[in-house]
Amino acid sequence: MRPVIPYVTAALLFGIGVYGVLRRRNAVLLLMSVELMLNAVNLILVTADTTVRAALPHTGQVFALFVIVIAAAEVGVGLAIVLQLYRLRASVAVDEVPLERIDA
Amino acid sequence: MTAADVLLLGLGAVAVGSALLVVTTKHLVRAGLYLVVCLGAMAGLYLVLTAELVAWVQVLIYVGAVVVLLLFAVMLTRAPIGASDDLDRPGWPAVLVGGGAGLGLAALLVDAFRWTTVDLPEAGTAERLGSDIFGSWVLPFEVLSVLLLAALVGAIVISRPDIGADRRDAWPGADRRDPGAGADRRDAGAGAGADRRGAGADR
Repeated sequence: MRPVIPYVTAALLFGIGVYGVLRRRNAVLLLMSVELMLNAVNLILVTADTTVRAALPHTGQVFALFVIVIAAAEVGVGLAIVLQLYRLRASVAVDEVPLERIDA
Repeated sequence: MTAADVLLLGLGAVAVGSALLVVTTKHLVRAGLYLVVCLGAMAGLYLVLTAELVAWVQVLIYVGAVVVLLLFAVMLTRAPIGASDDLDRPGWPAVLVGGGAGLGLAALLVDAFRWTTVDLPEAGTAERLGSDIFGSWVLPFEVLSVLLLAALVGAIVISRPDIGADRRDAWPGADRRDPGAGADRRDAGAGAGADRRGAGADR
């Protein structure tokens, strides 16, 4: 098994995720791009687990499972925020979100 | 090139190709479905890399739950069916940063590993991984369960407008949906409450 193949796949996936986060305006598509980046990190962890001899075996796989759980929590909270944004603004375009608070 | 290499190359090409489609397609729903293809190919990669439990958890949680949640969000935000032209920002910075990060990391990893060969270990079964999680990693596991509970409560608090502070005043143009309610915000309590009930009902 050549470890360089999954490593390069993960690097390209991470780059695509970064591109998506910077390029997309729709908040739901933004969350999808974040998922791509998290998956790239997971692939790096699993590949390192199979190719590197570690003191504790299977640590990379355990970390990958933890990252999956954290990603599930992130998606839950993120979607709640996106839906609240839609309810307030009737739009989920992230570059229309005002960042300063205006006192009424 | 062994059979594992061929499988890794093929699945990796599928994952990268569908990920490219996720970030370039004009259809919101199709982006979610390409994401399914990408995550499924990742699960295949995990299987080839002998991470069996991670592969099935990936299928269960990502393909099963996360993508369904994302599609729910697509539907609840009333995404248009068909192509939409306003999904993208003009993006030379995105191409530069994303391409730079991806190709830079790829060059770094290629330089680090070259064309070396590693023997695949025997498949890690759920039993061994489970004994690791509940042996060496039991404290992070418990912390993660608390994190999940916190995320659950947080999502409920965010998405229910009748708990917590009134957020309408924090947003300029928050009353875009009915401009009349914005005329006098101070004593519009009853009207705003009715408006919120209406907003909750059409979710």
